[in-house]
Amino acid sequence: MSRKHFILLTVVLVLAIAALAACSGGGAKVIKVGINAPLTGSIPKVGEGTKYSAQMWLADINKAGGLQVGNKKYKVELVIEDNESKADSAVKANTKMITQDNVLVIIGPQSSKQAVPAGEVANNYKTPMISPWSTNPKTTLNRPWVFRGCFLDPFQGPVIANFVTNQFGFTKAAVLYDIASDYPKGLAEYFKKAWEKLHGAGSVVAYESFTHGDTDFSAQLTAINKSGAQFLFTPQYYSEVALIVKQAHQLGWNKPIVGSDSWGSAELIKLCGSDCYGDYFSTHYAAAGAKGATKAFIDRYNAKYGYVPDDVAALTWDSLNIAKTAIQNCGKLTGKIATDRKCVRDAMANIKNFDGITGKMTFNESGDPSKCAVIVKISDKGEFKFFKQVCPTK
Amino acid sequence: MGYFLQNIVNALQWGSFYALVAIGYSMVYGVLMLFNFAHGDVFMVGAYIGFFTASGLMALAAMGSIAIPGWLILILTLIIAMFLNSFVGMAVERIGYRPLRDAPRASAAITGLMIGIILETGNLALLGAQRRAFPPLIPPTVYKVGGVYITNQKIVIIVVALALTLALHQFVQHTKWGMAMRAMAYDFLVVPLMGIPINTIAALTFALGSALAAAAGVLYGVAYPVLGPYMGIIIGWKAFVAAILGGRGSILGAASAGFLLGFIEIFVTMIFPSTMRDFIAYTIILLILTFLPNGFFGEPYSAKLRL
Repeated sequence: MSRKHFILLTVVLVLAIAALAACSGGGAKVIKVGINAPLTGSIPKVGEGTKYSAQMWLADINKAGGLQVGNKKYKVELVIEDNESKADSAVKANTKMITQDNVLVIIGPQSSKQAVPAGEVANNYKTPMISPWSTNPKTTLNRPWVFRGCFLDPFQGPVIANFVTNQFGFTKAAVLYDIASDYPKGLAEYFKKAWEKLHGAGSVVAYESFTHGDTDFSAQLTAINKSGAQFLFTPQYYSEVALIVKQAHQLGWNKPIVGSDSWGSAELIKLCGSDCYGDYFSTHYAAAGAKGATKAFIDRYNAKYGYVPDDVAALTWDSLNIAKTAIQNCGKLTGKIATDRKCVRDAMANIKNFDGITGKMTFNESGDPSKCAVIVKISDKGEFKFFKQVCPTK
Repeated sequence: MGYFLQNIVNALQWGSFYALVAIGYSMVYGVLMLFNFAHGDVFMVGAYIGFFTASGLMALAAMGSIAIPGWLILILTLIIAMFLNSFVGMAVERIGYRPLRDAPRASAAITGLMIGIILETGNLALLGAQRRAFPPLIPPTVYKVGGVYITNQKIVIIVVALALTLALHQFVQHTKWGMAMRAMAYDFLVVPLMGIPINTIAALTFALGSALAAAAGVLYGVAYPVLGPYMGIIIGWKAFVAAILGGRGSILGAASAGFLLGFIEIFVTMIFPSTMRDFIAYTIILLILTFLPNGFFGEPYSAKLRL
C-alpha cells in the first residue's frame, strides 16, 4: 500500500467514525428506554409479559405523536435486550444498553436473580433503573439509582406467615426452595423467620432445598411428608411450581400448598392444570374482579394478546409510566446523557403518590414503594381470584 | 421403614432416566470410541417428538371422537418417538461424526458439543422459549402400599426402562448385528476385513441409542411434564458419568450405573441437607472411579487392540 493510499484510507475511516458518532450523538430528539427482560431461559412467559406491556406503552406514546417534555416532543425508542433468565447475561445487557445504546432509563430485570447484579451495573454507571418485579431487598439497597415497582420480601414473608396462621390455624410449616436463586432463597428465609416468630423455634419442621434446573423433588417431598408439616410453602417460579405440586400429590400429599408472587404467571395453570386448583399465593394484584384503570389495562391487554396479563405485565406497565412521569417532571432534556440521567433519577425519587394500576406508589429513600399485597386463591377454573388484601402497617 | 422404601421407589424412577440415556452414551463410546456429547440433546429432541406425537394422537382421537384409551396413546407415542428419534441419531452420526471418523478424537468430541448446542438453540428458534406441558396420557392414580405411595406412572416408567435395557442386552448378545457391534468394539481395524459394513453398524449404534433416549424422553414427559429446550443438558452430563462408571460399552453396566446414580442422589438427599446432594453424590462417584478406573463391567484397555 502506498503512502497516498494509506492516508486516503485513514481519512475515510476517520470520516466514517465521525459520521457514526454524529448519528448516535446528534439524535437528541430521541429518548431511548432500555428493557432488560428474560425472553428466553427458564421464565420466558415473564419476558413476554414485559415485552408486550412495553410495546403497548410505546404504542400509546406514538399515538400521541411522541413524549412531551417541557415544550419539545420527543420520539421514544425501546431497546429490548434478552437476559436469558441468567444473572451474567442481565449484567451484559445492562452494560450494553448503558454504554452503547445510551438509554436514558432501564426497566427490568424482573427476577431478583438478575435484578440484584444488574442493579449494581446501573448504579455504577449512574443510570436510573426500575425493576418492576424484584422483591429481594438487595436490588435497591444502597443504590440511589435503582428503584422497584413492587413490595419487598421482608414484607411478603410475614404476610404469608400471618395469612396461613389466621386462615388455617396451622403451626407446623414445610418449605421447599431453590437455594441457587436470590429470590426463592431470600423469601424462604424471611418466611422462616416470620413463622418462627409466630410459632416458636422448630415450627418450620422441614426446610428443604434444591438447585436451579432440578426436576425431581421426590426425595425432598418424601422428607416433607414425613415431617408432619401441615402445609407446604414453596416460593418458586411457575415451571418449577407445576412439577413440585404434581409430584407432591403423587407422593400422597393432600394438604395445602402456598406460594408467593412468582407463582402468578399466566402460564402457571397451563403447566400445572387442576393440581394447582385451590392453592393460595401472595401477589401484587388480582386480575379477576379488578376495577377502574386496572380493569381497562387488563381488557386492552387481553384483547391485544389473547390472555389475561399477569402481575409482571401490570408492574411493568406501572414502572414504564413512572419512568415517563419522571422524564416529564424533569422538564428539559439537554441531550447530554449523563445530565439527563441525573435529572430523571432525581425526578423519579421525588414522585409522590403515583397512581398505578397495582396501587399508589411513593418511593422511600432506598427506592422502594410501600404497597399492599394481595392473597389470591386459584379457583376451580384456574383463575386467580382475589381473596384478601394485606397492607403494610405504618 | 415406609420412608426408606418410599425413597427406593423414588430412586428407581429417577435412575430409570439416567439408565436409558446412559446406555446410548455407552454404546456409541463402546463401538466407535466416541463421546457423543449431543446425546443429552437427542434425549430432549425425543421428548419433543413424543410431545408432538402425543398431542397429535390426542387431537386425532378427539376429532374422530373415537375413545382411544390413554395407555394406548402412550404405547403408540413411545413406539413412534423411538422410531423417529432413531433417524435423528443416524442423522447426527452421518452429518457430525462420519466425516470426522479419521480426524483426531478431540475434533469428534467438540462436534458432539456443537451438535448439542445446535439442537438446543434450533429448538429455541423454531419453537420459542415457552415451556411445553406434556399431555397427561395416563392420569396418575396413587396407590398406597404399606406406607409407600406408588403411582401407575412410576410403575410404567420403571418397567419400561428395565424391559428396554434387557431387550437391548439380548439384541447385542444374541443377534448377528449385535455380534458385529461387539466385534467393532473389540477391534475397529480388523472388522472391515471380515466384511462387516462399519458405516451401517455405526448408524445402527446411534439409532438404537437414540431410540432409547426417545423412550426416556417420553417417560420423562410423563413424570415431569414441563419440557424446555435445555432440559437435556444436566441429564446428559450425569448419564455420561453413569456410562463411564458402568464400564465401556457395557449395556448392563451403564444401566446399573444409571440406577446407582439415581440411588446415590436420592439417598444423599434423604440423609444430608439437599443442598449437599450433588457435592456428596459426585464425590462418591469420584471415589468409586479411583478404585475401579475401568468402571463396573469395563475391561482394561489393551495396547495391542487400540492404536
